[in-house]
Amino acid sequence: MTRILAAEDVTRVLTRLAHEVLEANHGASDLVLMGIQSRGVPLAGRLADIIERIEGVRPPAGAVDVTLYRDDLRRRGPLPLGATSFPVDIDDRVVVLVDDVLYTGRTIRAALEAVFEVGRPRAVRLVVLVDRGHRELPIRADHVGKNIPTSFTDDVRVLVAEHDGEDAVDAFVTGGGA
Amino acid sequence: MTARLHHLLSMEDLDAAMIELILDTAHKLHEIADRPIKKVPTLRGRTVCNMFLEDSTRTRLSFDLAAKRLSADVLTFTGKGSSVSKGESFRDTALTLKAMGIDAVVVRSHSSGAPQQLASYIDVPVLNAGDGWHQHPTQALLDLYTMRHHLGDLSQLHVAVIGDILHSRVARSEVQGLRTMGARVTIVAPPTLLPPSIQGWGVDVVRSIDDIIDDIDVAYLLRVQHERMQGGFFPSSREYARIWGMNGDRLRRMKAGSIVMHPGPMNRGVEITSEVADHKRAVISDQVTNGIAVRMAVLYLLLGGGPEGAGHASAEVMA
Repeated sequence: MTRILAAEDVTRVLTRLAHEVLEANHGASDLVLMGIQSRGVPLAGRLADIIERIEGVRPPAGAVDVTLYRDDLRRRGPLPLGATSFPVDIDDRVVVLVDDVLYTGRTIRAALEAVFEVGRPRAVRLVVLVDRGHRELPIRADHVGKNIPTSFTDDVRVLVAEHDGEDAVDAFVTGGGA
Repeated sequence: MTARLHHLLSMEDLDAAMIELILDTAHKLHEIADRPIKKVPTLRGRTVCNMFLEDSTRTRLSFDLAAKRLSADVLTFTGKGSSVSKGESFRDTALTLKAMGIDAVVVRSHSSGAPQQLASYIDVPVLNAGDGWHQHPTQALLDLYTMRHHLGDLSQLHVAVIGDILHSRVARSEVQGLRTMGARVTIVAPPTLLPPSIQGWGVDVVRSIDDIIDDIDVAYLLRVQHERMQGGFFPSSREYARIWGMNGDRLRRMKAGSIVMHPGPMNRGVEITSEVADHKRAVISDQVTNGIAVRMAVLYLLLGGGPEGAGHASAEVMA
């Protein structure tokens, strides 16, 4: 196991991501941060906190669970559901999806479907703490905390204090290429 | 996740962990009802057959809506006007459905045990929507959901189930579910409407609602079925209302925060007065609303996954 980011690094990365989101959006107006269950949710909350410190206003932050929209449910059992809550009407707002790891892109596809079931945002942006490559769909993140090139057999784990007791990003390399 | 659900036939088959899972899943699905588009794509391409061999309005509509909100296709099949009325055997009907490739059957029948029988003929999930005097598990689950929503921890509750226990599938399912969750249950009923097996139910039995009215968290009223009024089980509907019915006077003697429930349809003036039925502490319309989320949860847990053996318990992340 290799620790890629320690707790302080995670905080710095989130601070930079918050600045990037604000720069791209020209401020905090109309932003809605939607964390993807489960670890994207606390990350969205942290980004909202940081944006509040910078801009003086806290953008609404919510949660989206993509289980009901997954493309692989039929291959698996019925997975336990997480909570979905849209804090405001998202019509004509800028929805920022927040997730811990971007990998195949299938979670994001499912999240886009979930978002468009409840409204028509003006734009949807994607923020991820880690991009580990291996996309299977034409999806990319607008703002990436850390690119970690991996092989298929590797694993990347994001820990967040709310779930795991500490903030960190760890890589598990099993050896051998993809 | 606990063991996978294969059918929903009886509350007897569900342990506390499975009941918790169903109620938690329903809680998550409830939010869909507040959306502008009240639909998720989860069961797209699946066909649910609603086989209602006995009259039903709310249960049938509720199952129908639950399946549609999950994007399943729904076939509705009632006793009247179907081949069942032409004398086709139950088994042949089941085999026909199987040949048509349906993915689940919701069955309501006047004969106790029909859903179990159906489950032995076909290999898709069977959901019991009420069979004879036997079971009505989704009613019990939606009631547990409603109680948990209003009152919290089920194991701390004292629930009175009041009325015709003998002929009631709701009472059987309700009491089993409540006992599994650790609630205290007191039965209030005319002695003629108690089943002989009541000793084995793990409940207290009292004669009059007044004996316990100030101690209960939930007054759960059962419908007095019209045919019983002529059956000599109790003197008259007025007599029934006086001893076993819920009225405003009794409601005011109940604890603060306690609630009144009824599975519907109500006989106003018999088991419940209009004053109580329309009171804010009567949560009867919540029960109906919650029924949709609970039936969505059960359909999701039975049909949401792939075929048996697809590694369902995996916590692997789809990143």
